Amino acid sequence: MTTHAPQAAQAVTLPASLDDAVAALAAMPAAVPVAGGTDLMAAVNSGQLRPAALVGLGRISEIRGWQYQDGHALLGAGLTHARMGRPDFAALIPALAAAARAAGPPQIRNAGTLGGNIATAAPTGDALPVLAALEATLIIAGAGGVRREIPVSHLLAGMEMLRPGELIGYVRVPLLHAPQVFLKATGRTGPGRATASVALVLDPARRGVRCAVGAIAPMPLRPLDAEAWVAQLIDWDGGRTLVPEALHAFGEYVAAACIPDPAPAEDGSVPPLPPAVLQLRRTVAVLARRALGRALS
Amino acid sequence: MSNEAATATPAEAAPAPEPLPHGIGASLPSADARAKAEGTFPYAADLWAEGLLWAAVLRSPHPHARVLSIDTSHAREMPGVRAVVTHEDVPGTPLHGRGKADRPVFASEVVRHHGEPIAAVAADHPDTARMAAAAVIVEYEVLDPVTDPEQAFEAEPLHPDGNLIRHIPLHHGDPGASGDIVVEGLYRIGRQDPAPIGAEAGLAVPRPDGGVELYLASTDPHADRDAAAACYGLTPEQVKIVVTGVPGATADREDQGFQIPLGLLALKTGCPVKLTATREESFLGHAHRHPTLLRYRHHADAEGRLVKVEAQILLDAGAYADTSSDALAAAVSFACGPYVVPNAFIEGWAVRTNNPPSGHVRGEGAMQVCAAYEAQMDKLAKKLGADPAELRMRNVMSTGDVLPTGQTVTCPAPVAELLQAVQDSPLPTLPKDTPEDEWLLPGGPEGAGEPGAVRRGVGYGLGMVHMLGAEGADEVSTATVKVQNGVATVLCAAVETGQGFSTLARQIVQETLGIDEVHVAPVDTDQPAAGAGCRGRHTWVSGGAVERAAKMVRTQLLQPLAHKFGLSTELLQIADGKITSYDGVLSTTVAEVLEGKELWATAQCRPHPTEPLDGAGQGDAFVGMAFCAIRAVVDVDIELGSVRVVELAVAQDVGRVLNPAQLAARIEAGVTQGLGVALTENLRTPRGLIRHPDLTGYSLPTALDAPDIRIVKLVEERDVVAPFGAKAVSAVPVVTSPAAIASAVRAATGRPVNRLPIRPQAAVVTAV
Repeated sequence: MTTHAPQAAQAVTLPASLDDAVAALAAMPAAVPVAGGTDLMAAVNSGQLRPAALVGLGRISEIRGWQYQDGHALLGAGLTHARMGRPDFAALIPALAAAARAAGPPQIRNAGTLGGNIATAAPTGDALPVLAALEATLIIAGAGGVRREIPVSHLLAGMEMLRPGELIGYVRVPLLHAPQVFLKATGRTGPGRATASVALVLDPARRGVRCAVGAIAPMPLRPLDAEAWVAQLIDWDGGRTLVPEALHAFGEYVAAACIPDPAPAEDGSVPPLPPAVLQLRRTVAVLARRALGRALS
Repeated sequence: MSNEAATATPAEAAPAPEPLPHGIGASLPSADARAKAEGTFPYAADLWAEGLLWAAVLRSPHPHARVLSIDTSHAREMPGVRAVVTHEDVPGTPLHGRGKADRPVFASEVVRHHGEPIAAVAADHPDTARMAAAAVIVEYEVLDPVTDPEQAFEAEPLHPDGNLIRHIPLHHGDPGASGDIVVEGLYRIGRQDPAPIGAEAGLAVPRPDGGVELYLASTDPHADRDAAAACYGLTPEQVKIVVTGVPGATADREDQGFQIPLGLLALKTGCPVKLTATREESFLGHAHRHPTLLRYRHHADAEGRLVKVEAQILLDAGAYADTSSDALAAAVSFACGPYVVPNAFIEGWAVRTNNPPSGHVRGEGAMQVCAAYEAQMDKLAKKLGADPAELRMRNVMSTGDVLPTGQTVTCPAPVAELLQAVQDSPLPTLPKDTPEDEWLLPGGPEGAGEPGAVRRGVGYGLGMVHMLGAEGADEVSTATVKVQNGVATVLCAAVETGQGFSTLARQIVQETLGIDEVHVAPVDTDQPAAGAGCRGRHTWVSGGAVERAAKMVRTQLLQPLAHKFGLSTELLQIADGKITSYDGVLSTTVAEVLEGKELWATAQCRPHPTEPLDGAGQGDAFVGMAFCAIRAVVDVDIELGSVRVVELAVAQDVGRVLNPAQLAARIEAGVTQGLGVALTENLRTPRGLIRHPDLTGYSLPTALDAPDIRIVKLVEERDVVAPFGAKAVSAVPVVTSPAAIASAVRAATGRPVNRLPIRPQAAVVTAV
């Protein structure tokens, strides 16, 4: 007997395939899908959520691994952070592996999944800026075996939503075969939530640098102008080097784009940012500079 | 390691069994360590009784509001609900509280802090109870909360007792004295939560005689019983507290705010009632460390010798007094630290606000001032261009010096020796001298740390704390030692909170009686009172009582033998289970002499009395003091402001080492709790509301945050007034380590670091 026992009255289904899971959700519209449960069960335990029924996604083996598809990796939404942190995965998508290793203590990484990170869409979700920088797309499973594809940024920005009964099935990520970096600042040495994070990937084929800043806004932010500016400074055919001043300027550029100065007052003077915001901006600048520096080193 | 190797090892490594450690000075393992490690130890949350009901407490969502009406009718009508109690159902005194009874069992007219209990429910299921508690309709008129302690002086009284809980104006020496060099500072200390990993839990069982038994992880069972009995309108004899499964405590563990409703529900329903607090309730319920604002001015002569210290100390007591008066006495008395200060003018206030109540968390008062006076010493050193450790050395106190309270320090005070020991200990290697794979930079193993931006800093902290209750508190403990069939049993109401009392009691009896098998009986309030498990009192008073009782049993044991051989008992000694006479002629075993006898003795220990501080903050208020020196080595990423503590070297004044392993564990735990104060632990309460009452939002140090803790020296100068000469060891590392870490961050960054926990922006160096 535990103190949280009314689960006895609940229906729990454990479908074995994605389509079965979608069918189970269609059959019980009040049911809540659960994968790792690291966020959901905390909400249940604190009494904020009392799901009438649960659809457990843990037995769907098709979404617990990954496959290759014309230059992309199709990542199952059920991949755990622990799995993504391993060296074989890190060789494919280094930034996502780094984010997965930084995402909390081992107990959380063993249970928490990629799909759960996206569905929870917490601002501090460590995988989110990486997916935004990679311009990943989500493959959504709907009733009757229907699959549709939406960019991850659309979902995180609320431009497109999951419809009732739909599940995130896979995440389509381009394989770039180039350095990628994920850095996060937590203010402590042990595992903690990010105060700011930066994901940066190089795309040599398109001669692009893509960067996303996490944890400082409800969704990851992309400093597109800063990306374009720095990409044209990089000597893509040579050693991909950049002078330190450019690295520095890139950091400041990214930070100013994500945390802009307040609008000037009527007399033209710009009010100073509050100290905490200024510190956050400095942190973003340092992370972005270090991330680019590491990607190019 | 392969499975094969794992199974092979024990067989190979099975030489002759070592004799088990026993007696004083041995590292006897704790009796319940194995059960706790294996998960079989029954904690209070595991209690069970046939037909039990579950309790839930409705708590205020507002920090300050007038209660206009409470409607329990919906809750009462819910199926499965057996009782709903509010302030109207408290038959005895409506108020309780640890230091002072100023806290209602249930709020009736006004709520004064977020989380204050308003009603409690008993139901046949925990979720029913929670839902019923949520169904109690309370109409509030929300009032503006007073959350800034500086505003409390001017604000409307939040309580009939007023907003000023205590004011101590300490005057010592010549107010006109001044020094050549003056440094000033303003310091802020955050709100630490004791955050016990085992949340509060308990079971109440009604008795046929109209009384009630409470099974709780209480650390002060007699005080809790008296408070509960008064609220129930019962005599103390009708209420019994049985201490069960204490999951470790670094403060007054339990929150009377849930204990009292628990028993009330059992009395009302006639059924056993259980409650296990959620993590959120735990944060809302128990007392926190006092957030403190300190303003200091130090005067020194040209050589850096302190001339005068002026300070103002403001403790935020929260909504209720609790033990704030004691915390303030400690803060004011130790405001100058373990330094010789001829002139001191310290004003301290503890004020009431609508923040969550503050209370006893070890090192209270002393910890906050230590962070401030050590910051002042760093400032003074900087102004003089002196080495911070050297400047401290010029000012340290020793035995015979006088505290600003006028009390002469009569106990050993080897402060200079402690400081010298940490200074002399070798510094840890720099990251650049170790293999790159082993670097652990600020920000953690997967963090953003970059070696080029990391600066190392070394800082010092000297701290002191008093032992036992102060200002005339009657610190008494009673213990009984019983010997039967060659087995000794200790009966004492001192609660084992993780401080190691039950291990120590076994060691004392082994040492005195030469009996190896010693049991410590479970604690309940049928035993005589032993007081609260805090401020090192059980090692001192309960340990002292156990020793006296054991010595009385020893006399009973040896008397017939001595009489038979015409010797006095003093000429016989007991060692390793054998009794021998001084000349070696007589030799027998304890077991033989004990044969068939049952011996009992009960004794009390009461240390010499203390006196309250007078109107000028003067008086011999403390029984004894303990000292500690810590050298902190930190790495700071000066661009991100992230701090990693690399090493803490500790030298401590312990009087005498009674159990080396236990002692080291206590020091490590204390230092780590202090690390939390310095870097991460701060329960934020914007506008009086506790934000993030969970262990994700409230960052306790993890293994990655904890540094290497090296105990470089334990000074064993026996304190003649303490039993065994031993001093309390747990609190003083908590007091000292935050100050040492802040000092090291100052050295690394050149920033002032005036606030704990140290926020990243305070450790950033902007113009590199």
